[in-house]
Amino acid sequence: MFVAWRDLRFARGRFVLIGAVVALITLLVGFLAGLTGGLASQNVSGILELPGDRVVLQHPSSGQASFSESSISSDSVQKWRDASGVTHVLPVGIVQGKAGVHGTTTAVALFGMPHGAATSTVTDLAPRADDEIGLSAGAAKALGDATAGDTVSILGSKYRVSSVGGDAWYSHTPVIALTPDAWARADKSMGGDGSVTMLAVSGTPDWGAVATASGTVAQVPLLSLSALDAFKSEIGSLGLMIVMLFGISALVVGAFFTVWTMQRSGDVAVLKALGATTRSLRRDALGQALVVLIIGIGLGMLVVVALGTLAGGALPFLLSPLTTVAPAAAMAVLGLLGAAVALRTVTKSDPLTALGSNR
Amino acid sequence: MITLDDVTLTFPDGSSRVTAVDRVSLTGKAGVLTGITGPSGSGKSSLLAIAATLIRPDSGRVIVGDVDASTLSKDDATTLRREQIGIVFQQSNLLPSLTAREQLAVMAELGGRNARRRRRQVRSRTDELLDAVGLADHADKRPAQLSGGQRQRVAIARALVHEPEVLLVDEPTSALDQERGAAIMELIAHLTHERETATLLVTHDLVHEHLLDTLVTVVDGRIVSRTVGSDAIMDDDLAHRLTEV
Repeated sequence: MFVAWRDLRFARGRFVLIGAVVALITLLVGFLAGLTGGLASQNVSGILELPGDRVVLQHPSSGQASFSESSISSDSVQKWRDASGVTHVLPVGIVQGKAGVHGTTTAVALFGMPHGAATSTVTDLAPRADDEIGLSAGAAKALGDATAGDTVSILGSKYRVSSVGGDAWYSHTPVIALTPDAWARADKSMGGDGSVTMLAVSGTPDWGAVATASGTVAQVPLLSLSALDAFKSEIGSLGLMIVMLFGISALVVGAFFTVWTMQRSGDVAVLKALGATTRSLRRDALGQALVVLIIGIGLGMLVVVALGTLAGGALPFLLSPLTTVAPAAAMAVLGLLGAAVALRTVTKSDPLTALGSNR
Repeated sequence: MITLDDVTLTFPDGSSRVTAVDRVSLTGKAGVLTGITGPSGSGKSSLLAIAATLIRPDSGRVIVGDVDASTLSKDDATTLRREQIGIVFQQSNLLPSLTAREQLAVMAELGGRNARRRRRQVRSRTDELLDAVGLADHADKRPAQLSGGQRQRVAIARALVHEPEVLLVDEPTSALDQERGAAIMELIAHLTHERETATLLVTHDLVHEHLLDTLVTVVDGRIVSRTVGSDAIMDDDLAHRLTEV
């Protein structure tokens, strides 16, 4: 790194430019990852927060399982409860509707769940009585900062808020929890049959066999999200944008370092003629790229975290290791891969050209 | 000491091959400044490249110290250059981002084993060598802040900082005016004698011939004469070709 550090110091302007481009790309990738994470969270956090090893949905007669179409009969629920290896079955009814308080109306996701299930952000919302509801933080905020004791109107029925809990969302609507009976009534009032939508099942049964026997499909929670149409299309588009940005970043960083290394090929030839090992020259070049990448990515991520913190209230933005550390690490790896392409110039540089070269 | 023993080098030229160095035998002894001269295209730079282990000859041997460099692998040849050979290029070939002091320090940063020991040795010799080439006051200047002569002095100091057995110098005065060229030649002669290096110096400029201990003349890849002190030893057959050139 002897020459690399001094090159960085000497050609400061050039490296500031490369670092700034890396920082800008990181900002784009990080911000998009944060927005994607935020949107995803507003789409599926209610499902992912449910306790269970598998999400069980009705197996449709045609097409793929879907949260919006799924309706699991009590027979199927019982088959899962009776299955060998199953330790816990949590039936959950999900339907989207409207809730209102003091003239404020908002779209919500109604989750019907029994009180006392294994603790989680969602199950903790489940009320004890049929005339009570539990509000997620998002629902409370949307209902004019409703608090415990307030009365909320849902599909013509009045409910008393028993608790306000953590954040949970389903298909961009905040979750409100009802008892299974209250939920069934609400579902029927909207044309449903009151059957639960899904089961959160824990244990180690023969998943495939029980699912076949009960006319259902069982998937790990993350994979089950593909049964949520809005999530699939949203994540598909945003994910593609992120992947393309990663590709661009590798290309840009690679191009920068290829040009830079080509400009240095004379120096490399001289160093080789003086006795430098190709390994030490490669280490120098990659080390230099790594320094620029770390500084650029670090600065970019700082801005992402700052903007994400500021925008958190106004935008669905998720700040987590998955939306900051992971894209930053991917950027660094892709950047180094791009820079590694430039190493060919170092490897192929002929020390003989140093003799008689006019530099 | 460096010995080139019956060395031949050819290059592809269309469907045939052209002989750049033709059965040359030459010995550079410790503390002796050996000049290699000849017309353009005579093969003197190819000879230097062979001596520097940058090209492997088709036949013959290159002995540096007690190592037969003609049988070494690329990596071993690199190690030999790093440890036993100093090279001064036609142009100074200094790295633009390094100061004069760092141009010497870089010789301990070229990879390989014993880096720590080499770093210590180079550090202890750097200031003394910059002083020896008259640049003690310019140690913190980068190449762009130095004159052509000063840059070549730094290059000479860089070539000597690892105390090589052999010093190879390629047309060191070609980019300098008469006065600065003379100073550089005097410096090389002085350092060769003082530091006991076996120095091979390629030049086509015989103005400074008096500073050379030995001069060999190369024509068409062959040595046609050797001058030791004031005694010229001419190969009759080849002398004829020399006069033709």
